[in-house]
Amino acid sequence: MFVSWHMIGNTLLMALREIRRNKLRSGLTTLGIVIGVAAVIALVTLGEGATARVTSDISKMGVNMLTIVPGGQRRGPTQLDAAPLSLDDVRAIEREIRSVAAAAPTASRGVLAVYANKSWNTVATGTTNAYFSVRAVKLAAGRMFSDVELSGGLPVCAIGATVQRELFGHQDPLGASVRLGRLSCLIIGVLESKGQSTFGNDQDDYILLPLSAFQRRIAGSSDVSAIAVSAASDAETTKTKAQLTALMRERRRISEGQADDFAVHDTREIVQTLQSVTGVLTALLGAVAAVSLLVGGIGIMNIMLVSVTERTREIGIRLAIGARGREVLLQFLVESVVLCVFGGLLGMVLGLAGSYVAGQFLRLPFVFLPQVVVISVAFSFVVGVAFGLFPALKASRMNPIEALRHE
Amino acid sequence: MSEAAAASPELGEPLMELRDVRKVYGMGDSEVAALAGVNLTIQPGELLAVMGPSGSGKSTCMNLLGCLDTPSSGSYLFRGVDVGSLSFDQLALLRRHYLGFVFQGFNLLARTTALENVELPLIYRGIARKERHRRAMRALRDVGLDGREGHTPAELSGGQQQRVAIARAIVTEPSLLLADEPTGNLDSARSIEIMQLIVQLNRTRGITVVIVTHERDIAAFARRRLTFCDGLVERDERGEGIG
Repeated sequence: MFVSWHMIGNTLLMALREIRRNKLRSGLTTLGIVIGVAAVIALVTLGEGATARVTSDISKMGVNMLTIVPGGQRRGPTQLDAAPLSLDDVRAIEREIRSVAAAAPTASRGVLAVYANKSWNTVATGTTNAYFSVRAVKLAAGRMFSDVELSGGLPVCAIGATVQRELFGHQDPLGASVRLGRLSCLIIGVLESKGQSTFGNDQDDYILLPLSAFQRRIAGSSDVSAIAVSAASDAETTKTKAQLTALMRERRRISEGQADDFAVHDTREIVQTLQSVTGVLTALLGAVAAVSLLVGGIGIMNIMLVSVTERTREIGIRLAIGARGREVLLQFLVESVVLCVFGGLLGMVLGLAGSYVAGQFLRLPFVFLPQVVVISVAFSFVVGVAFGLFPALKASRMNPIEALRHE
Repeated sequence: MSEAAAASPELGEPLMELRDVRKVYGMGDSEVAALAGVNLTIQPGELLAVMGPSGSGKSTCMNLLGCLDTPSSGSYLFRGVDVGSLSFDQLALLRRHYLGFVFQGFNLLARTTALENVELPLIYRGIARKERHRRAMRALRDVGLDGREGHTPAELSGGQQQRVAIARAIVTEPSLLLADEPTGNLDSARSIEIMQLIVQLNRTRGITVVIVTHERDIAAFARRRLTFCDGLVERDERGEGIG
């Protein structure tokens, strides 16, 4: 065997004594590793938090949701004249495609909402009750639209949490009338808050009206700007998307070989795209941080080399007393590894604490990844061995006579 | 170790034997012979002083006797083993088990307590912690430093530091104690104390001692005095030795 376990234990003891004897130098030496590991852990943890946030935000947009919009997949001037969607499309989708749980037409326009002496710029969206299930919107108070209100285009509305806060404050808005342009609208419901989206826009700043009321009284046209469709199950989303495409092509009389003049977006695809984007960002930031770990390792080597020179006499004494080359090598190697692992552990604590605090400010969830911790501590061990080896070899190959004579 | 102490100096194998030992430094034209064919036999239990001007080869001889270096030609037998045939690591093991060193500059580990300094050779011998502690404390007591075990070299006087160094050298109960100018950094009163301690260790424990010195009054403590000149033993005197 190269060295006995007993020797490793004793070497560890000597290394710890040496580190304790030079607290300041040891601390400064290990600082590079501390910062490197802390940076890796903080960035990767924050990156994972961002991914988790994006995923949960998008799932808030709706369950198994597909959105049909007029215009092709690629944007261009030729697509602007694509025919709008209509309520008939919605009815056809619900009738023809069995895997569709619900389909909600939507049409929106910016409006100025006025109540008493307050006003607020918001978005009015005309839709049906299907909107609630497709977009996973819940009512905080009040009720949905009645059949009469929907078919008759009666001026009633449900307001988002932001609109309620801005216009009513702590007052109960139910039963009050809000004026949208020239239309006076009775508030029958208040929507539950969804908070800010990943991109920072307010998901509670809108007013829902029956589609017919919106078309007649606000838009002045029967166009539907988008259809939100939810599939019966997550597994069926892909199949549903294909069926929707086929149906819409048929209804819009697109002959074979011609490009679609509409698009079907899948929330899941957006999630996947965003996740891959945040994943790449996390990996990039992690790589940059790993470089700082490398620099930390070079710092360790630097100090160990200085330390070997500074302690030449000590090495001479040890050799004279009967230390073998391998024991001197082991001593310096253990010192460097202990410094690195100690720095790694400290960096881990700082990195986790730092990402927790930063996560609070950035409103990102704290995602603890055990494998990152294991990898960074293992990595600092490897850095300790890799960058400690050269100085340790230098120490172990000293001539005892010359080492003892060294001033 | 203790066999050496038990053996009678007059009988049996010599502890060390140099046969026509040469040590050459440099190459080709710049070759310098530090030792030019030394023959020397040292019996167990001897107290030997090595003297000579600087450059006479006494330090080179000391390094060879201490198994820190190997001869260029000739042979050096330590306890019957040809040192010249040993590897770097084997030399280290020989030093670990049979040799103790005392240097002019004390050579203690800085910022390390007296006890930890004395424990150091025992660590390399793989002695367990408790036993290590016990032996180190006893060695410190033997050199008259009880109660100072927690002091670092900076907190000790020169004489005390040299006592710690002696404790470190004898804690392993070596066959041979090599002292290179052990009193070179001490005043005369401290020098005499240290020499008396070394003589006492030689007498009571039978440790063979080789002292390198350039001072006559220090050499006077030894029963045998070698004088080197130009890489050769010029004189080999035997006397009573004081102390």
